[in-house]
Amino acid sequence: MAVAIRQLTYAQAINEAMRLEMRRDPRIILMGEDVAGGAGVINFESEDSWGGVLGVTKGLVQEFGRNRVLDTPITEAGYIGAAVGAAATGLRPIAELMFVDFFGVCFDQIFDQGAKLRYMFGGKASCPLVIRTMIGAGMGAAAQHSGCHYSVFTHMPGIKTVIPSTPADAKGLLTAAIRDDDLVVVFENKMLYAMTGEVPEGEYIIPLGKADIKREGTDVTIVAISRMVHQALAAAEELQAAGISAEIVDPRTLSPLDEETILNSVAKTHRLVIVDEDNPRCSAATDISALVADKAFTELDAPIKMVTAPHTPVPFSPPLEQFYIPSPERIVATVQELMG
Amino acid sequence: MAIQNVGSSIQPLDTSLLLRLYEQMETIRQFEEQAGKEFAAGKIPGFVHLYAGEEAVAVGVCAHLTDEDFITSHHRGHGHCIAKGVDIREMVAELLGREAGSCRGKGGSMHIADVHKGMLGANGIVGGGYPLAVGAGLTARANGKGQVAVCFFGDGASNQGTFHEGLNLAGIWKLPVVFVAENNGYAETTPVTYHMSCRDIADRAAGYGMPGITVDGLDVLAVYEAAGEAIVRARRGEGPSLVECKTYRYYGHFEGDTTTYRTKDELAFYRGRDPILGLRRFMVDRTLATEQDLDAINQRVQERIADAWQFAEASPLPAPEETLTDVYVKYP
Repeated sequence: MAVAIRQLTYAQAINEAMRLEMRRDPRIILMGEDVAGGAGVINFESEDSWGGVLGVTKGLVQEFGRNRVLDTPITEAGYIGAAVGAAATGLRPIAELMFVDFFGVCFDQIFDQGAKLRYMFGGKASCPLVIRTMIGAGMGAAAQHSGCHYSVFTHMPGIKTVIPSTPADAKGLLTAAIRDDDLVVVFENKMLYAMTGEVPEGEYIIPLGKADIKREGTDVTIVAISRMVHQALAAAEELQAAGISAEIVDPRTLSPLDEETILNSVAKTHRLVIVDEDNPRCSAATDISALVADKAFTELDAPIKMVTAPHTPVPFSPPLEQFYIPSPERIVATVQELMG
Repeated sequence: MAIQNVGSSIQPLDTSLLLRLYEQMETIRQFEEQAGKEFAAGKIPGFVHLYAGEEAVAVGVCAHLTDEDFITSHHRGHGHCIAKGVDIREMVAELLGREAGSCRGKGGSMHIADVHKGMLGANGIVGGGYPLAVGAGLTARANGKGQVAVCFFGDGASNQGTFHEGLNLAGIWKLPVVFVAENNGYAETTPVTYHMSCRDIADRAAGYGMPGITVDGLDVLAVYEAAGEAIVRARRGEGPSLVECKTYRYYGHFEGDTTTYRTKDELAFYRGRDPILGLRRFMVDRTLATEQDLDAINQRVQERIADAWQFAEASPLPAPEETLTDVYVKYP
């Protein structure tokens, strides 16, 4: 059966995934700060104002009502924890943590309660919760609204981490996350919300743990995460002009990690660069590096290289912020260095 | 203390209820005293926080609940489990880290749980339970079957930020959640007079637009009546309440605590107001039960505890590879 494909933005694709899933399963609720907006305003109950701070959840309250689209107060430990409690008792919440940097005020509820609950209870409970959160520098939002931090979550057993880089992946991966019976954190890069791309209509699921080769190549493997996929694609164009063929692997989920696709690619190209906008220590980049050093050392013709953000918070001023974000130029320079 | 001693006003006195309350309190007491002995003998790994002395709170509250209702607990969770109907054989097996334990040996005393009984776990994080109870309240509201969630917490936990966040959310959403403070006078070693900026935890309820009441937590009937009102209110959709029970723990914060921060006289004072002996006297004085009836209950409880220990000690330890299971429902 042919699936209709049309252009959607990354934000629209995320919205559509939630809308279709909420139609399918009445146990799904959406909660977060201003996910509808205007809760409690007289004569406004069926309206939404913001639909989330950047409009990603716009329109959902009209269809599903305020009992399923809950505006919360600014109380992250309270509502993220409530989402864990609701998940453990039979609902399937989607909780929006506006900016990932805010995990600092609710991490106990995520990692001590939600992530450990099933294990502590000997497998007799589960936490089917999705936390959607915004990541990424590039908007001048500075140190407390621009981080990535998926490495921190990936480190924690009991959490799955999803990092969609395209509109289609966003829809397919979020749908899989909502249907998953574990705690899944979906990291949405705010710099990608306006990006358009082809997205299948109707039910569309991409299983968690399956990487995607975003560009095939033979000379070097570039594993790129989230928005860095697009930086790597731009770099690959330049490299192509210089006669270097880069293969771009988008892991799409960091936990679970599709090791096989990464290792197969390295076995083909014999060179590896990892591009990651997160901070570099104890990170997804070092983790993938260690994986390849351990399992494919003899395949490598050159040292593994990482192109990452520096070991600093995200700076505010535009030239500083641009310096912070791994650029296509840095990727090109790193690959050229590897190729000798 | 502004304690409302309301328990003795329950009329007509339901003898079968009183006997049930008595037997549950006695079960908790004997369970905890046995656990204390076995811990001292080196049989229980890790930490153990005993509930002895506080039995009237768990029992007086949970007497109003069914398996469909939810509770969240804290470090000192054995009493809540027993009062909520968790199997004591599985509980002892859990304390011993056995495969047959409530959590298959993965949780231990501090995470003991049984979600099928609505017991959402003891909790190793002080104040960890409020948001979870609010979430259970959301589920209860969505189900529309009149379920409630009860959050048990200590005086120390009332200073955590989650207290404010949890009670405010329950308040604005009018959720069927009852917050039960077990004020035993000490947060570990620190007295409530030092660690809390108001006199009673119940004073704080006003900040969340919910009723707050302080009752004698050593009087199971006082707890039963106050909790009953709060739970009925919650079931009716009238929103959350805060019930503070002034109580006392007979043992240290954890087993091994030498309790140098409190006096022998203080302990003797509270031992003299023992909640189980209090109910016993109440029943015998009113000829609702004889000493022999109650002794027979104690004997029966003793046999159940002995049986639970026998069961648990005969249960196998988990295979080491079990470490790797139960992290996820599915992980490719």
